[in-house]
Amino acid sequence: MNELAISAQGLTKQFKTRGGMVTAVENLSLRVTPGETYGLIGPDGAGKSTATRVILGLLTRTAGESSILGFDSMADSYEIRERVGYIAQQNVLPADLTVMENMRFFAGVQCVSAEAQKKRIPELLAFAGLSNFTNRLAGRLSGGMKKKLALACSLIHEPQVVMLDEPTLGVDPVSRREFWSLLGDLRAEKGLTIFVCTPYMDEAERCTQIGLLYGGKLIAAGTPTQIKGLLPGHLLEFTPAQFAAAQQRITGMEGVLELQTYGEKLHVFVDDVGARKAQIEMALAAEGIAHDDLREIEVRMEEAFISLVQQQTEKVGV
Amino acid sequence: MLRRIWAITQKEFIQLFRERATLILLLVAPLLQLALFASAIHTDVKHIPMVVADQSVNQASRAYLNAFVQSDYFDIVATVASQADLVTAIDNGQASLGILIPPDFAAQVKLGQAQVLMVVDGSDSYTTNSAYNTANAISQSYAVSLIHHSVTPLTMSVRILYNPDLNQLWFIVPGLLAALVQGLTLGLTALAVVREREVGTIEALLVTPIRPVELMLGKTIPNLVIAFANTTSILAVAVFLFGVPFQGNLLLFASLAIIFAFSGLGLGLVISVASQSQMQAQQLSGMFNFVGMFLAGFLFPAYALPPVLRAIGYIFPMTYFLPIVRGIFTKGVGITAIWGQVAAACGLLVVVLFAAARLFRASLD
Repeated sequence: MNELAISAQGLTKQFKTRGGMVTAVENLSLRVTPGETYGLIGPDGAGKSTATRVILGLLTRTAGESSILGFDSMADSYEIRERVGYIAQQNVLPADLTVMENMRFFAGVQCVSAEAQKKRIPELLAFAGLSNFTNRLAGRLSGGMKKKLALACSLIHEPQVVMLDEPTLGVDPVSRREFWSLLGDLRAEKGLTIFVCTPYMDEAERCTQIGLLYGGKLIAAGTPTQIKGLLPGHLLEFTPAQFAAAQQRITGMEGVLELQTYGEKLHVFVDDVGARKAQIEMALAAEGIAHDDLREIEVRMEEAFISLVQQQTEKVGV
Repeated sequence: MLRRIWAITQKEFIQLFRERATLILLLVAPLLQLALFASAIHTDVKHIPMVVADQSVNQASRAYLNAFVQSDYFDIVATVASQADLVTAIDNGQASLGILIPPDFAAQVKLGQAQVLMVVDGSDSYTTNSAYNTANAISQSYAVSLIHHSVTPLTMSVRILYNPDLNQLWFIVPGLLAALVQGLTLGLTALAVVREREVGTIEALLVTPIRPVELMLGKTIPNLVIAFANTTSILAVAVFLFGVPFQGNLLLFASLAIIFAFSGLGLGLVISVASQSQMQAQQLSGMFNFVGMFLAGFLFPAYALPPVLRAIGYIFPMTYFLPIVRGIFTKGVGITAIWGQVAAACGLLVVVLFAAARLFRASLD
């Protein structure tokens, strides 16, 4: 048990609402080993934030077990808080404190000694690219800079684990890339365990392990390659001239496992590329639907995610 | 632990000084309130408007009415003919008191059986009591002055301690100081925690190892400095501007004032941790402040309250501090005379701080 950075067993969280009990997280089990970058992936409302908060001890759990570094989320919450850094989804740093004052405050409440502060604060500010903004109020920073400040503040006590709840929400693409390269540096240099919630599939690809959360349940888990491997068959992509007609014609064809739309392109999962490609081309030609070349493409996390969610909804019958 | 409290204290100080306008308001408002209340509150009402129906109109009735006017307590605002007109004048709000002197007044005085009718506006108890008592006293002393060779069977010799001239300000100001400090301390911390919860910054605090009691103390200390500055300035204005003499030991007063302010801030924190929103906290602290005025013995003596209300009064720091402030400020007594109140005030302080820390939900649920 102790060799795990984060673990959850049958973790369940229910909220009382006016309409009755709502289950936000149901029977969640996950294991994160030290040094991993674990991504909890799922659409909005899947229960990612709730799961993170329960594991951190910010919300009480309804059932199950969870721990960080072997410390129980509920019973040992102060031990956890001394060893874990956390970035909340919203900007929760005091907006009326400057960058430097925020750093000093979090250093103070984490009991970082004055000498250590003198060394670590400039280091972290440089790392986060905030060295030139020490006197700016946190509330006046851009979205990306706020997240970087939150990251710097969450690292002040040299935590072994950082948990980030949608750290790039409302952040522009360039800042997002910068932020992730900071996380990459942390993992490489300090061997930090990173737990990140995100709805973005490109971010999921950067994780070493991911769990797909949907409707409060973990519907798949593994490395990104394993997750993509869960999909049956191969993926063909093409752009038809008459989109709706092509979609209608191909649906239900023999050997077609699944159809996804992707902008003006169609993504067709087939059991055998060689045989089905020709069949589809013939079928489209018979209907007089023009199209560009059918090509086999690599399955990306996005297709895998949509496919897994579709399977899940079919199973539940929603 | 101390390091974390200090970190929170520093943060609160920075945030306090960042809002310069609010800070100035916090420091000045209690003084304005003191000046306003001290000038406006009068337990003896002077210049009560009076309407007169003098059906006698002679030297005797004039002398009698003169006694009223010269007392300064009554102003004759109108002269009417009949009892019905008196009532009309009071109905209209023109006067609070009406006096009817019958036509045979002078003759009846000589016979020693004169009667006058006093009609009093009963819609406002303060004026009514004051008007009734004063008019009664004036009539009595007028009657006594008519008996030239009187032998009074009983003479009372009165010695009023601490405030021999019955100076109104001396009565009001020490109690007002307590009431103002209780009100402002409640307001200072009532929003402290609920604001963090509403803005969301509580999440950043909760993921740090800050313990609830550390958060409570860290939030209280900067406000304690403000409350103490307020107490000092109120005291200075009371003594130097209003000339209310400070009879006791200043150091003793200062240390007890800190305990008082501390418990007021603690009570504010209890409101803050129990509230769901800033709006709710504001309403609650307003209500506490208002109820405290009535139950803590500021407006009426606490011993005159029904037992249940007296029991509720015990949650207000002012209940204990009022006898302390009156004791030290007005009477000049030392700790031996008030130690019971001091012990109770210390007990309350511990209870409210403990309650605030216990009621604080260390989760986001």
